[in-house]
Amino acid sequence: MARSSLKGKNEINAGSMADIAFLLLIFFLVTTTFPNDRGILFTLPPKPDPNQPPPDITKNDRNIFKILVNSNDQLLVEDEPLTDVFLIKDMVKEFVLNNGRNPNLSDNPEEAVVSFKTDRGSSYEIFIDILDQLDAAYNEMYGERVGITGEEFRELRNTVNKTPEQRNQYDKARGIETPGGKVTFPKNISIAEPSKVGG
Amino acid sequence: MSKFAKKTKASQDIPTAALPDIIFMLLFFFMVTTVLRETDILVKQTLPRATQLSKLEKKSLVSHIYIGKPKKTNLYGSEPRIQVNDVLIEPKDIVLWVQQEKDKLEEVERDAITISLKIDEEAKMGIISDVQQQLREANARKIMYATPERIDETAGG
Repeated sequence: MARSSLKGKNEINAGSMADIAFLLLIFFLVTTTFPNDRGILFTLPPKPDPNQPPPDITKNDRNIFKILVNSNDQLLVEDEPLTDVFLIKDMVKEFVLNNGRNPNLSDNPEEAVVSFKTDRGSSYEIFIDILDQLDAAYNEMYGERVGITGEEFRELRNTVNKTPEQRNQYDKARGIETPGGKVTFPKNISIAEPSKVGG
Repeated sequence: MSKFAKKTKASQDIPTAALPDIIFMLLFFFMVTTVLRETDILVKQTLPRATQLSKLEKKSLVSHIYIGKPKKTNLYGSEPRIQVNDVLIEPKDIVLWVQQEKDKLEEVERDAITISLKIDEEAKMGIISDVQQQLREANARKIMYATPERIDETAGG
């Protein structure tokens, strides 16, 4: 009896192996979520010091590019209504690169400030759309300064370990002549606290 | 004719011996890449899309805040709420939460903490501004508005 069973096949039947693997595969396929840790980086201003009064603003009106959004997501750009959010990019570029030509636009890029104010009732969607437009405008302008596209500049910005040449190019685009020196082409985006209801 | 006959005699089985190996390879790929979700998201999350994205490098420094309309409106109401970890909180609790998150990090890294804001596109700026004021208060000033990439052409990158 024992002998005859020994003579039989000693292989493990591996035919169903694929089925088991399939089952596991499908489980992992369904549960997988690819993390997308991407987005628009932003640094909040430090909290105001209660002992110090807020600094006086002595900016010339022409150097401020004003964007206002009300609670119905309607736009007021440079005191005029605007319907298409995606026009802001080119308007900002024209404003910053004016260099004193048009008396209504900025004196120079160093002075230019983009002021962006929403209402408490504005939607987050329009906020992101506008922030994205502002970012795109500056990325394109920076890119143009070193002869690359805005898209290439964004990639350069996102490179963590820049080679010395890349660092040079990056600093040159942002108007830093000497390392750690003054920024002559700063990205001045000021996001004001939303106004209370209405507006 | 004889040639013809030979051909038909050839074996027509597809060898499937390598099939398990291929499946295992796929399986390992998904097993390695899978990140099991550690928090249950209680609020609606349709993130707005954008084009000018940056990528976060050090994931250990990132903490997430979710804002949106609660999924269970009969329990939590229909106004957008703030979620951290597994609970819904009020804006004033954020300072404490940031301190707890900072305590999890190494001493030298505490000021580099990045808050990823995952906000539903229907949320209003009011609540977002309240959150940001609290983050300033807690000195966690590096934030990221989490947005997937916009695919259509209207934005023009």
